[in-house]
Amino acid sequence: MKPNDSKSLRSRLSATVTDLPRSGIRDFFDIVSQMKDVISLGVGEPDFTSPWHVREGAIYSLEQGQTGYTSNLGMPKLRHSIARYVEGFFDVSYDPDTEILVTVGVSEALDLAIRALCNPGDEVIYHEPCYVSYRPIIQMAHAIPVILETGPSDGFRVTAEKLRPLITPKTKVLMLNFPNNPTGGGLGAQDVKEIASLAVEKDLIVITDEIYSELTYDRPHVSIAAMPGMKDRTIFLHGFSKAFAMTGWRIGYSCAPHELTEAMMKIHQYTMLCAPVMSQQAAYEALKQPEEDIAVMKESYWRRRNFLHASFLEMGLPCCMPEGAFYMFPEIRDLGLTAKEFAMRFLDAEKVAAVPGTAFGACGEGHLRCCYATSMRELEVAVQRMSRFIGTLR
Amino acid sequence: MDHVLALLKENARISLEDAARQLNLSTDEVAAAIDQLEKKGIIRAYTAIVNEDKTGGNSVTAVIEVNVQPEREGGFDRIASRLAFHPEVTSMYLMSGQYDLMLFVEGSDLRTVASFVSEKLSSIPGVTGTATHFRLKTYKHHGVLMERQHETERLQVSP
Repeated sequence: MKPNDSKSLRSRLSATVTDLPRSGIRDFFDIVSQMKDVISLGVGEPDFTSPWHVREGAIYSLEQGQTGYTSNLGMPKLRHSIARYVEGFFDVSYDPDTEILVTVGVSEALDLAIRALCNPGDEVIYHEPCYVSYRPIIQMAHAIPVILETGPSDGFRVTAEKLRPLITPKTKVLMLNFPNNPTGGGLGAQDVKEIASLAVEKDLIVITDEIYSELTYDRPHVSIAAMPGMKDRTIFLHGFSKAFAMTGWRIGYSCAPHELTEAMMKIHQYTMLCAPVMSQQAAYEALKQPEEDIAVMKESYWRRRNFLHASFLEMGLPCCMPEGAFYMFPEIRDLGLTAKEFAMRFLDAEKVAAVPGTAFGACGEGHLRCCYATSMRELEVAVQRMSRFIGTLR
Repeated sequence: MDHVLALLKENARISLEDAARQLNLSTDEVAAAIDQLEKKGIIRAYTAIVNEDKTGGNSVTAVIEVNVQPEREGGFDRIASRLAFHPEVTSMYLMSGQYDLMLFVEGSDLRTVASFVSEKLSSIPGVTGTATHFRLKTYKHHGVLMERQHETERLQVSP
């Protein structure tokens, strides 16, 4: 057998990686990217460019020749800014010298957190529909993913009541992501409190990905890390991608007790060394006036959310009002097509891309993820086309 | 009310129906809010933001720094309002710093603006000095960049 024979190479891949499914998003992307003039509700990022002072801050740092490695944990001044920001917005305080780790996006931080915590066979409870990387990350750490299904009847929330029966002696970690991608679901203070006391009772570690927290529209965001007894058992993950419109800079961070931060840092230093220095500079700049930057974008998402939600209801599509993020997860179940069929035929007939809910877990069947971080003009056209398309199905 | 105002400042031409949908209000509520904003004088007018460099006209804009002698009664206000009545003056502000009033003056050509300064402005009692700067090019006006920005490429589908 020749070494470059593709069959033989495939047989040499790790079984863990071979068993990972391709992301449903990637399949869909391949099809959409072949087409022209598509209106896309399929993006997972803001339609704003990063605030100018952020870009300018990064440019200036390059002009100053700041192009070297930083501390493994991230630049000290950035960690101090993060500590202040997290304390102000989330009401939990972390020591910037020992409890904060700057990562390459929250994606890296999620991976570090799971790898730092899990032994093969440990059970990790996460909720679906969810961000595409949760399950694969758990599997790559040889841990066992346990799905908590959420649905529209309770606003895609995780509740202590739904969580309790899934907990076994092997359960080590609970992963939470609220406000949620892809559903827009959020948790209320009471939900968070009840989940927290169950986590304490069952001695669970909680990994909470709160990347969309600033984009919570109708009530204040509550972090589980701020609940009594939770700071010591929580890995709080956040970053700059969404609320600060900085996806491409790839800066996230983790806040966690020193022992956990140290364990995550070990993996980070051997695999990533440090997050890119110019991106860290940009993030530092972003934290100089976070409220001002976010307020304008949030107001705009809020309007678009209202518009899209009213439009879906008018079309007769049941749809939970998203509490946060910039996604809507309308139900298309009654139209006689699977989510994938709907998305493909809609794309084909009307050139509008919306991601089938199944890309985010099997229980996303019957739903589409529609991102409203796109211009109002495009949203209006997308709504007209969707209404027309649905008319052909009824 | 804040939401209505923010929306109108971005797009004053939005229909009541669209505004209502975006703000999660009824059209009646939006209409009432706008009515209030107008009645209270918070909204003073609706206008278009124009790139004058593209209209093909020869109109001239000048920024004029004006020093005035404040009056014992009323300070700058009386003289300022007299200046503001001139239709050539399109914007006017009381400033801190080296001069007192900043006027934006528009005229159909250079001569019109020059004669406004020399004949009307300078002859007003209380005006003690002026410095006129002519606009050469507009880059940004009322928060709007005059050059259309090229669209940055976003992935069409991302997680």
